[in-house]
Amino acid sequence: MRGPGRSWVTGLVLLLLLPCAMVISATMGFMEVPAIEVLHAVSGRLLHIPGQIDPVVMAVVTDVRLPRIFAAVLVGGALAVCGAVFQAILLNPLADPYTLGISSGAAFGASLVIVLQVFGLTLPASFSVPVFAFAGSVGTLFAVLALASGDRRLSSTNLILSGVIVAAILSAAIGLLKFLADEQVGIIIFWLMGSLAGVSWGDILLLLPVTLAGLLVCLMSGRELNIMATGERAAATIGVNTVRLRWILLVTCSLMSALCVAVSGIIGFVGLIVPHFLRYLVGPDNRWLIVLSFLGGGLLLLFADTLTRAVLPAEVPIGVLTALIGGPVFCVIFKNRQHDGSKGL
Amino acid sequence: MAAKGSDILWQLEGVSFGYTGKPVLDELNMVVEAGCCHGILGPNGSGKTTLLDLLCGLLAPEKGSIVFAGQSLSHWHGRQLARRLALVPQDFTVRFGFSVREVVEMGRHPHLPRFGSLGRADHLLVDEVMEELDIASLGKRSVTQLSGGEKQRVAVARALAQNPEVLVLDEATSNLDIYHSLAILEAIRRRVRSGKLTVVAALHDLNLAGFFCDRLIFLRGGELVYTGSVEEALNAALIHKVYGVEARVRQDDFSGCKQVSYRLSRG
Repeated sequence: MRGPGRSWVTGLVLLLLLPCAMVISATMGFMEVPAIEVLHAVSGRLLHIPGQIDPVVMAVVTDVRLPRIFAAVLVGGALAVCGAVFQAILLNPLADPYTLGISSGAAFGASLVIVLQVFGLTLPASFSVPVFAFAGSVGTLFAVLALASGDRRLSSTNLILSGVIVAAILSAAIGLLKFLADEQVGIIIFWLMGSLAGVSWGDILLLLPVTLAGLLVCLMSGRELNIMATGERAAATIGVNTVRLRWILLVTCSLMSALCVAVSGIIGFVGLIVPHFLRYLVGPDNRWLIVLSFLGGGLLLLFADTLTRAVLPAEVPIGVLTALIGGPVFCVIFKNRQHDGSKGL
Repeated sequence: MAAKGSDILWQLEGVSFGYTGKPVLDELNMVVEAGCCHGILGPNGSGKTTLLDLLCGLLAPEKGSIVFAGQSLSHWHGRQLARRLALVPQDFTVRFGFSVREVVEMGRHPHLPRFGSLGRADHLLVDEVMEELDIASLGKRSVTQLSGGEKQRVAVARALAQNPEVLVLDEATSNLDIYHSLAILEAIRRRVRSGKLTVVAALHDLNLAGFFCDRLIFLRGGELVYTGSVEEALNAALIHKVYGVEARVRQDDFSGCKQVSYRLSRG
């Protein structure tokens, strides 16, 4: 019922859908632009052909909408890939890119700098919030790894527990920062809920190489990730260096997620739902799951972002939207799996 | 690469190991020869599993040295070792619903390049071991839906798919019914007799050891008590020394092996 055939079909469908969705999304918004003009604007900008297109349309499509569309695809794709990999290395179907406290670290960093600004620190907000968020995530990652690496095997239970502990401490600290921010608390709350509204081409220039490099590292480890699912001792005696693989992938995926969070704030559920849904569709083979998660995650976040940007009357924070769409879908999958009678999700 | 009876596979010298200071194995010296079935026996906590982990290179000794096939075990690369040695762990649990065939195919991993996939010969080998372990009909089933015994047969099939010279069994048949225990052990023994395989098995069941093994290694409290052939090793005095129970050993005509019956010591 599943296997390579189904994976190929799913992959091809997603590969066709994604560019179509990107073009359609670019036509939508306050100003409607026909699809053909979107393509003209893109080719015009790329090939430096001036004059064919209204410069306003050109600016709206290439400078306002496209960076945001690309960011949605890259952030969604990266988060879903990280989710798939985290689930595989932590041997836990409930893991997501934020399990090790990446999001709490970012939230703490961002809240800290926002509060410092309330108290008179002068740094440009557009620059300092992402930098502090990224630094917060990376700091958290190292704290969690330091806490968990007491046993050299870096067991998944230790990692998850360490993540929970550090995240709990950080969320208390964030609570304190919110209290200190007083009337300015809205800025923190809005940032925490995530948004792709302020994205520029500069962000894409950072996101694209990191995401593609991370994707490559994950893809190279696909078969070893599969073998990890059979347990520590079995994997080690079949030639998989489990500890080294965990280190490499945890650091890679954490950096990817940290960058995503720095660019877009905390967008939940994409990293949990997409790998789950695809595993349900094509099976647990990570070599497929990683590629398909990238395409599927990109598509889902693009859909959600287009919805909030162009369809809904007011811009709903995207983190809220993904949870509202993803949550019920997750419930349905979860229920179906129980009926199937299969124990391991 | 047929193993000759006199080849030395492992050589352990002064091997000690402990978790957080408490010694589990103490100054172990022994030699494991190629070409037969070695049984490792001993009461709970005698260090059987730790010894297996050391032999597989999963743990490094705190003191002493372990040489495998002429080279210090710490110098073996993981994949290189996995082409010659396979382990069947005690409880084989697979997270996520991989199919039975996918799991058995994982055994080919150490023989494939990073982005390579299974060739014709690999598929034939996988077919063969699945047939041998009576799981050919389960190929498409998810491993998460199997019974304990079926799962264990998948674990053995996967280890044999590695096409190893040495198979390490950690209580590998303790979840199996009598028929499948005997069938699996018989299939493994056939490979040993044809000179293709050496087996090191940690066992609890002395009668199974009498049926399956050529040589026995008795451990107690992290120390080597005795090592020798089944005929010499299975005797009442030694069993009493190792396990602290009274035993009677006799040659059983029906099964053709030594059989042990035991009771708690009286008085």
